[in-house]
Amino acid sequence: MASASSSLEVLAIEERPHVLAVDDSLVDRKLVERLLTNSACKVTTAENGQRALEFLGLGDGQNTFKNGDAKVNLIITDYCMPGMTGYELLKKVKESSNLKEIPVVIVSSENVPTRIKKCLEEGAQEFMLKPLKQSDVKKLRWHMKEFSHPCNGKLCMGR
Amino acid sequence: MDAIVQLQRQFVDYTTSLYRDGFLDDQFTQLQKLQDESNPDFVVEVVNLFFEDSEKLLNNLATALQQQIVDYKQVDAHVHQFKGSSSSIGAQRVKNACVAFRNYCEERDPEGCVRCLQQLKREHYLMKSKLETLFRLEQQILAAGGSVPMMT
Repeated sequence: MASASSSLEVLAIEERPHVLAVDDSLVDRKLVERLLTNSACKVTTAENGQRALEFLGLGDGQNTFKNGDAKVNLIITDYCMPGMTGYELLKKVKESSNLKEIPVVIVSSENVPTRIKKCLEEGAQEFMLKPLKQSDVKKLRWHMKEFSHPCNGKLCMGR
Repeated sequence: MDAIVQLQRQFVDYTTSLYRDGFLDDQFTQLQKLQDESNPDFVVEVVNLFFEDSEKLLNNLATALQQQIVDYKQVDAHVHQFKGSSSSIGAQRVKNACVAFRNYCEERDPEGCVRCLQQLKREHYLMKSKLETLFRLEQQILAAGGSVPMMT
């Protein structure tokens, strides 16, 4: 159940931005989920790039983007993952005409300038260092696409 | 009331010592900030996930280092994962042990790696027992009807 701090700040479930968080580490998935939920986001987690693509409607054998539930306002992905890296996932998203508008944030525990440059050049919105804190996640709100249900002229801000 | 105050003092002293001695860093504080009435067990849950994960990693590391021909890339991958998760929960000394370990992987130094694994196991064990003590203190405070002091 979503908790509300004041009547002006209540976001109905449908109005919360939906974030897809991809990380092979269970600890980090739990952490990012909590961080995002605390910032009034709806979160779906995926343990690898393949699962993430399936959720987005780009899995093998899928050829249409599923509307409705799968609508995602931000993808946040770890860089170092076995199989498909976060960079490879970023590329696939940006190559898709349906999904390329979704902002993608890459996170990594390693501060490697060439890696950062590569991701930003490929279209990543931002590159963040792990471990993530609440202040990092609050910044992410500004990268998210418009909510699917506009708020009748009121400015809806999370906590 | 005295019992609660004493337990709270013990908790504060113990927590302070964990930070002072480098067992925990700011990331642990960040975890605690994420805990609230709607998620009262968040820290314990994350920490438990960490220890489940890390037991497996330690076993995998021991196996990898016992091979005739050690696959240092594989060893490094395990240590990298360990470093990541220990960093995420604020287990500073465990994380530092991982950093040292990775250096020996890069050097492809088998004895160095074995020593590092022993050190990592030691730090891991220490972290586990200290967090268990910390959580026990929290439970005692709550059981006595008190509230757990917020460490800022």
